[in-house]
This record gives sequence, structure tokens and C-alpha cells, in this order.
Amino acid sequence: MTRRSALKLLGLAGTASIFAPHLLGKPAFAKPAEPTGRIVVGLSQEPTVFNPLMAKIEVDDGIHFSVFDALFRVMPDGKFVPNLAAEVPTVENGGLSQDGLQWRVKLREGVKWHDGRPFTAEDVKFTLELIVDPAFRSWRTAGHNLVRDITVVSPTEITWRMSQPFAPYMSFLAETFIVPKHVLEPESDRNKAAFNQAPIGTGAFKWGRRVAGDHIELVANREYHGEGPYVDRLIFKYIPDLMVLYAQFKSGDIDLVGRQYITADNYQEAKTLKGRETVLQPSPMVEGIYLNQERPFFKERAVREAIYAAIDKKSIIDALYYGLPEPVESYMPRGSVYYNHDLPKHEFNIQKAAKLLDEAGWKKGSDGIRVKDGVRLSFNNSTTSGNHLREQAQQFIQQTLREAGVEMKISNLPAAVIWGDFWTLSQFDSVIVGINYLVGSDPDVYNRFHSGAIRAKGGRGSNTAQYSNPEVDKLLEEGARTFDQARRIEIYKQVQARVREDLPYLPMFSENVVRGWKSDIKEVESNSNTRTEAWNAAAWYREA
Amino acid sequence: MARFLFHRFWQSVVLLFIVSLIGFVVLNMIPGGPLSQFALDASMTQEDVDRIARQLGLDRPLLFRYFDWSWKLVQGDWGTSFRDGTPVLHVIGRHLPATLLLMGTSTVISFVLGAWIGIRGATHRYSGFDYAATIGAMVALSIPTFWFGLVGIYIFSLKLGWLPAGNMYTIGDQSLLNYLHHLILPSLVLSLVTVATWSRYIRTAVLDVISQDFIKTARAKGVSERRVLMRHVVGNALLPIIALAGMQVPALLGGALVTETVFTWPGMGRLFLDSLGYSDYPVVMGLLMLSAILTLIGNLLADIVIAVVDPRVRLS
Repeated sequence: MTRRSALKLLGLAGTASIFAPHLLGKPAFAKPAEPTGRIVVGLSQEPTVFNPLMAKIEVDDGIHFSVFDALFRVMPDGKFVPNLAAEVPTVENGGLSQDGLQWRVKLREGVKWHDGRPFTAEDVKFTLELIVDPAFRSWRTAGHNLVRDITVVSPTEITWRMSQPFAPYMSFLAETFIVPKHVLEPESDRNKAAFNQAPIGTGAFKWGRRVAGDHIELVANREYHGEGPYVDRLIFKYIPDLMVLYAQFKSGDIDLVGRQYITADNYQEAKTLKGRETVLQPSPMVEGIYLNQERPFFKERAVREAIYAAIDKKSIIDALYYGLPEPVESYMPRGSVYYNHDLPKHEFNIQKAAKLLDEAGWKKGSDGIRVKDGVRLSFNNSTTSGNHLREQAQQFIQQTLREAGVEMKISNLPAAVIWGDFWTLSQFDSVIVGINYLVGSDPDVYNRFHSGAIRAKGGRGSNTAQYSNPEVDKLLEEGARTFDQARRIEIYKQVQARVREDLPYLPMFSENVVRGWKSDIKEVESNSNTRTEAWNAAAWYREA
Repeated sequence: MARFLFHRFWQSVVLLFIVSLIGFVVLNMIPGGPLSQFALDASMTQEDVDRIARQLGLDRPLLFRYFDWSWKLVQGDWGTSFRDGTPVLHVIGRHLPATLLLMGTSTVISFVLGAWIGIRGATHRYSGFDYAATIGAMVALSIPTFWFGLVGIYIFSLKLGWLPAGNMYTIGDQSLLNYLHHLILPSLVLSLVTVATWSRYIRTAVLDVISQDFIKTARAKGVSERRVLMRHVVGNALLPIIALAGMQVPALLGGALVTETVFTWPGMGRLFLDSLGYSDYPVVMGLLMLSAILTLIGNLLADIVIAVVDPRVRLS
């Protein structure tokens, strides 16, 4: 080897070594060894409930996911992974009996509460029993009220029996955070315990302090059993006005925008901001028009199909909502594994609408509105007054429907009135509403579409459209009893197909929320199976 | 004096009773309530909502609830918040310092500035300064505070970067300098309207006094203009102002809803707005009672001060 070739080789080796770490993938030193720095999350609603079992709203979840753990965690793709449990119970590993009634959950070893005491199965038993305690102001009890004979087999194993098979329970458990027995049991009134203002959990972050009306500070739990945390301080800042929230995101006062995110009219500008990531995230909220099936004109499917065909979805989305939402045919969130991609696509066609109505015997009267057997095709449409986007959408729809000979009258009500008995007891003709149909991540929509869920007829549930289809009823009953995911996917896809055929409600679009955060924050991921952006705050880190 | 106070005390009690009754009844009659936030949450069944209503005591008859609440109130128990379960007095107490800071600062600014502008405008009537002050006052009174606030944030925070875009302090840095830095914009914006109002009142009051005979006499006696102004004019002009100042006391602790929202200031105004939004009845009633009590005290103090200071007034 000559001197020249040796030097050339050295030169090449030197240059290569500069790039080598990047060639091998992300440098191993990207994630800090010790939790450092802080992240400030801006919220337009204030979290006020810190006991995760008490009655709460979505914004409280961000704190709960960080301070507490549940038995399982649900990932964005719908899969369950063990969290405080050592493994997810299935029929194969003996965690679930064939009939879905017997549960055996093995728990993780070596987990400690924030005060140093060990986590055991006694805590799980205490949690499940507290939820159904009639004196305790718990959030939802569905599913938990079917649990019987909870037995602590060992500090790391617990069993119980369900009084009936209930498949959604797995996803309910993914949102049921375990609370410490040794802290809460001694309290005579759990509703007023000191724990509720200074919670102790097993999660990645410990409770720091709360400045009421301003912010909540969480501190890294350096003994966390799972991955992370990588930031030392996680702060949730309350900024009630959405315009100001966005301004503080721009100015850098907050690092990550939480609920209710960035407003649609700021999306274009937000995309151009330096040092910021702005993405559209599908929200599980589906906007639709509920039609009261007990009204004479809505009883005919032809009428419902005609009305659907006379709605110009695309113009409404583009003109009013800045083109951000996605038109859909199903109530299922787009990212869900249960989503049915093969539903017939909506077509805006007034001639088709007119034809459907003519064929069904609805003839245009002298005033241009169709009549049949003395019934005029004229109905009210209501939504929250003050929601100016929906009010404008109503006017779009009113116009196109009129061309097809359908009269839609607008009659809006304040939020507190419309979502009271008017909605729950089906007193409306039609309502424009945005709904998240899923509870947790479970596809079970018994509550929404089963004929037994019609409160106006004495049932229990939220089937406010008063939809009744015996085939759908059977499918929903089977779906709630089946634990086999492949079979459930089949069942719920069929439910979506039937509901799309029957059109008890007219699906409009699925919302996209505009999320933003500073570019140096990594591992920020959306999860439409949870209700908060901070579901995985333990994994977030800031690149140095 | 003692008789006066005695009468006033009992008048106040009756007034508070009426205010609390009306407030309580109207609040509970508004459709919605603390349970409406669960209406669209599919995970909550009707049984869950009914159970929570029972646990919050909302299923009992209205008048029964009123007497239960008011009886506890006179014993010092103002109830607990529906939202976070802490005692109402603690909730209010937590937001009080922020409001005092903001309102106190802006009151001082607006009084000093308002007095200076008003007096100067009165003594240099129809000068350029006076016209500018009058027009400025009209502008400040016509334009809503939130507009000023947002424009202020836009110019001084987003464009120039001189001042923060809101909040009381930067999290992690609670030095005095940091507090002051954050206080500048909101207190100036808030004081704009009050400066306008005060300056008009004071200008009128000063003009009123300046035209009086005893001022002419003082001048004729050879008293220096400055002494005339400071000793005779301002003193007498301030009498009606004291009455107005008394009415400002509830505002001092009531906070400024709009400014606090725009500047993300965790004060009483925002607490009121939030509690109304979530139908947190105990806190709303607590704030209502506080405001009523402060109004009564403020007026009482104003009456006493005027009686002491103005020899023409006799308390009946």
C-alpha cells in the first residue's frame, strides 16, 4: 500500500465515521438517560377531577394517563398491551374462560406506588369494588356492575366472575385506573379524601402541584416500571380562549396544543410556522343528521335516501369547514380496525332525490313542497344555537332540500336545552349533532342502535333516533358476547352496512382536529382510542 | 353613628337574603345544570347520571336546597365545588390574590392617571390637551376591552416580542421582575376604560368646584394658584369621587372577566365564567354572595367617609 492510498483510505474512513451513526439509525443518545427539561401542554378546559374513578370529562384524562396506570393500555391500532397486568388475558392463555365469564389476570411484579409502597392485587380489588360503591361518586359503572366474586389469589394474581359475558369490558378496563387501597380505604368519605387533591398513582409522573385556574405540574417518576419518562416536568396549562391558546403556541409559551386544539381557520397559517409540527388527526367525532324514525315522513326509507342525496356534503366541508373534515358513510372512526371501507358512497344528486320521492308517491304540491296522503314533507331541524358553522350548514341544506321539494325549517336551541329531554327523549324531528359513537375503543354500539335503547319507549340507552331493526339487534347482542376479534370485526362491519342502508341518521363527515407541537418534541402520537393527546406522555422527549 | 350602623346592618341582612334567594332560584331554573356535561358522553348511562344527581343532592326540592344552603352559609360553610370537591371558600381564596394584583394595579394606575388627566383638563379647559383627552376617553370607552387586549398582544408580544402573551408568570420563574413583566399589558389594558371614566368624572367635579365663589375668594386673598388647586379644589372635588370609589370595591375583588380571559389571568372573573359554564352552583352562589357583601360594605364605607369628611352631611 502506498502512502497516498493509505491517506485516501484514512480520509474515507474519517468521513464515513461522521455519518456512520446516522447510517445505523437514530443515535442511541437521542433519548435522555435522565428525565430532563419540561413540556407545557395548553388546554382550553381546566382539569379539575384528579381521582380517576370519579365523574369526569375528557380533559381530565390527560392527568390520569400520566399519574396512573390501568391494567391494560390500548394502542392506536386497537391492540391491547399489558400495563399493570403482566399479560392480556385471552382464552388461549387461560386468562378468560370460553364463555367469557371467568377472568384471571396476572399482575406485573415490582411495581411501586409513588409513595414507595408496593402495588398488589389488593389495590385492583379495592378499585373495582369502589367503583360500584353506591356512596362513591364514580364515573361510569357499566361493565363493573357485572363483576362478582373478586378473589385475590396472590399479590400478583386476581380472579373474578362476570354475571354475563361482556366483550367491551376489556376496553373499559383499559380506561379504569387503579387507585391505592392503603391511601383511600382508611378514608371515611372517599368523595372528600385528601387523595382527590393530591393523587398517588403508579404512573410515569408524580403529582407536583396545582395552581387552581392556572396550571397543574407533574414531576417525573424516576422509578416508573415502564418506558420513560424522559421529561422532568409535565405541565398542563389552562388557557380558556382558543384564539389566545393559538397565540401562545405561536409565541412559544406553550409547547404542545391540547384540547380543543387549533381552530380550522388557523390551520393554513399554523402549517407555515417555523419550529412547529402541525398535523391533522382524525377525531372519532362523526357529524350527522339524526332523523326521528317515529315521524310519519321519516318512516319511509325512500324519503331518508332522497334527503341524503339532496345534501351537498362536499360544498359544506369545503366552504364552511375549510376543507378539513373527511366525508364518511360510517359512524366508526376511520382509524379503527372495525371500520367498513365498502359502504356505498354518497352522491349529491337532486334529480335522483326527486326521482326517489316521485316513485315513493310524494308529489309536489302547489307550493313546491311534496305531499302524500295529506302529510307535507316538512320538518324541523335543530342544533346548538350559537354554533355558527352548523347554522350555516343548515342554510346550505335547507336550500338544496327545497329544490328537491322538501321543506326543512330551522329551529335551534341553546346547548343546555337541546341536549336535555329534547334529545334524550326523542322530542325532535331532526338534529345536527357530532357524536363519538364508541365507548373507549370498543365497537359495541348497542347503546346507540339497539331497539331496547330507546328511552322514549321506556328503554335504556341513547338510541334517540328510535331506530329499530331486528337484524341489527341480533348482531349487536352477539357482538357484546363474543371475545373473538375476527368474528367481532365481521359482526360490526355488518352493523355498519345495515345502518348505512337504513339511514336512521345521515352521516356527514368525520372531523379532523389540528394538532400542533414544537418540532423538538418527539414520540407525539395520536390515539383515537383514547380521549386525550397525553395518553403516552411517558414516551415524549425533547431532542437536545 | 351607632344607630346608623345598626339600621344599615339589618338593612344589609334583609338585602342579602333577597339577593341570595333570587340568585339561587334563577340559577337552578336555568336549563342544563352540572349534569349536562355528561349528556353527550356515551359511556354514562342514565342510571349513572341519576346516581350522580342524587349524590350531589340535586334531587331534593328547590326551596329545601335553598334553606339547607343558606343555613350552612350563615354558619360559615359555603359548600363544596361540584367540580373538584374543595370548599368554596378555598376555591375563591385561591383566585383572590391574582385578582387583587391585577385590579389593584390597574385601579392605582387608572386613579393616578385619571386624576391627572381630569384635573389638567379642567384647569386647561379647551386646550389641545383637553380635546385630546376628551376624544381619547370616547375612544377608550367605545372600543371593547378584549379588542385592546388582543391588539396589545399582537403588537407587543407577537410582533415586537417585548411583553409576554399572557399568564401571570412564566412557569418556573416566579421572581418579582417576572410578575411585573407579565403585569404590564393586562393592567394597562384594563385601566384604559377606567382612566377614561375617572378622568371625565374628575374633570366635571373639578370644573364644578373651580367656579365656586370660595375659590375666587381664595385667589383674591393671594393664595398661590397651586395651593388653591391642591388644598381647596381637589379636596372638595374628590367628595363625589369617594362615593364612586366605594362602588368600585366589589369590582376590585370581582375581577375583570374579559381581560382575564384574554390574558389568561387566573382571577375571580374567570372563576365566575368557568363556574357558570360548568354549572358549579356552590361556587357561583359563593361568588354572588361575596359580590353582594362587598357592594354593601363598599357603599357603607363610602357613606361613612363622606359623613366624616363633609361637614354638610349628617348620617341619619
